[in-house]
Amino acid sequence: MKPSPFAYTKPSSLDQVFELLAAHGEGAKLLAGGQSLIPTLNLRLSSPSLLIDINGLGQLSGIAVKGETIHIGALTRHSAVERSPEIARHLPLVAQAVRHIGHAAIRNRGTFGGSLAFADPAAELPACTVALGATLILASRAGRRRVAARNFFQGLYATDLQAGEILLGAEFPVQASGYRSHFAELARRHGDYAMVGLAAHGRVSGEKLSDLRLVFFGVGTKPVMAVSAARVLETQAVTNASIAGATAALADDLDPPADLNGSGATKLHLARVLLGRVVQAMLSENA
Amino acid sequence: METTIEITLTVNGERLTRRVAARQHLVDFLRDELELTGSHAGCEHGVCGACTLRVDGEIVRGCLMLAVQADGARVDTIEGLSDSGEIVELQRAFVERNALQCGFCTPGMLIAAADLVARKPAATREEIREHLSGNFCRCTGYHAIVDAVETACRARAGRKK
Ligand SMILES: Cc1cc2nc3c(=O)[nH]c(=O)nc-3n(C[C@H](O)[C@H](O)[C@H](O)COP(=O)(O)OP(=O)(O)OC[C@H]3O[C@@H](n4cnc5c(N)ncnc54)[C@H](O)[C@@H]3O)c2cc1C
Ligand code: FES
Ligand code: FES
Repeated sequence: MKPSPFAYTKPSSLDQVFELLAAHGEGAKLLAGGQSLIPTLNLRLSSPSLLIDINGLGQLSGIAVKGETIHIGALTRHSAVERSPEIARHLPLVAQAVRHIGHAAIRNRGTFGGSLAFADPAAELPACTVALGATLILASRAGRRRVAARNFFQGLYATDLQAGEILLGAEFPVQASGYRSHFAELARRHGDYAMVGLAAHGRVSGEKLSDLRLVFFGVGTKPVMAVSAARVLETQAVTNASIAGATAALADDLDPPADLNGSGATKLHLARVLLGRVVQAMLSENA
Repeated sequence: METTIEITLTVNGERLTRRVAARQHLVDFLRDELELTGSHAGCEHGVCGACTLRVDGEIVRGCLMLAVQADGARVDTIEGLSDSGEIVELQRAFVERNALQCGFCTPGMLIAAADLVARKPAATREEIREHLSGNFCRCTGYHAIVDAVETACRARAGRKK
């Protein structure tokens, strides 16, 4: 289908964006890569009166390493993240995850910030930001604020972004020595949103895991941290028995709603399968 | 605020200026205003790949980009890629391997495949399938398409040596 009519403008400064958002309120929508917004317009699930194209804000695009942190600008395309040697080196979890997003043609337009702002419950990048302890940087007329990723995602397609606010980017600690991460998801076809996925990050020494963050997606309204399963894995050297204990404990962490991909029980089963695979992979990778 | 906007872009090497409706998709602009009907519109929500185009050298969905967003850009369609001879080997391989039946998916399939042949001629069959996973074909069952792209990849890789 075709979208209903709207006006279009492409500001060249953040101040202009703030002015436009203030003047047009609810009727205006920011347009980044358009890979989620334009489908909703085409299907007439949304009919804004004005699109504010932020692709003219070059300063929002790019990847920069500063000391112990790495910053990914909101307008950085998925394909740029995928090809970045800095991401491969400092955020291997993100490097693994981004290849699972849609298809090459989608990744050439879709943006890092758009994915976080859209907050699809089955999206890869929100879960990665939570697992890696990222900080999101938001801006409005009133100034900038920083929000921990785990507090940013609030529910189904709902985030802490307020009216008049724009996401500028995300800041991550670079992967510390001794830490490893692993990403896995199950989808029916390559490029589909995941049925269930897991972004994991933690310290590995020998057979021991610590400071472990297991963040599942596609299992609820937002990324879910599996705290009980992580605790089981952290208390002793990892064995087949402790992995079995952790997969059992997942029932305390996750209560996946049924969806088109299957019942809640099926999704919990798939989450358990992924957990076993990911823990094995974290231990077996050569540091 | 404007609902029609003047844009200047380069389509298949030719620079042109037109006034477009803000809501017009790039693929509709090419088909309806420029009569370049080789790019197809199937699902119109990013799923099928029939509308695949090249913008500034990168493949994109023509149904998920607005024509206004192509202001200042270089757009290449299947017509341009055919006329320049850039994808002649791939086209020949498609014919030889019977990689098309109704042909609806073929322009998008060729543009997506050309991207892989150019960037990664050593691609395995698995990688070819992955790269084309966003292009649907309702006729061929894909096997012949993968054969054809593999043939073109091997020919390109052979020449690089
Ligand atoms: C066929 C298909 C398959 C896909 N598969 C996947 C997948 O497997 N996994 C996945 O994660 N995604 C998938 N996507 C979506 C893709 O990743 C999008 O790129 C992403 O969700 C949105 O980013 P965008 O830049 O395109 O944002 P847009 O579509 O431009 O915007 C999305 C929303 O975010 C808002 N927004 C965008 N940028 C900002 C900002 N800087 N500040 C504040 N608000 C902002 C917009 O106003 C809009 O409401 C798929 C898309 C398609 C069409
Ligand atoms: S018409 Fe664009 S992807 Fe189907
Ligand atoms: S040949 Fe008919 S859809 Fe592919």
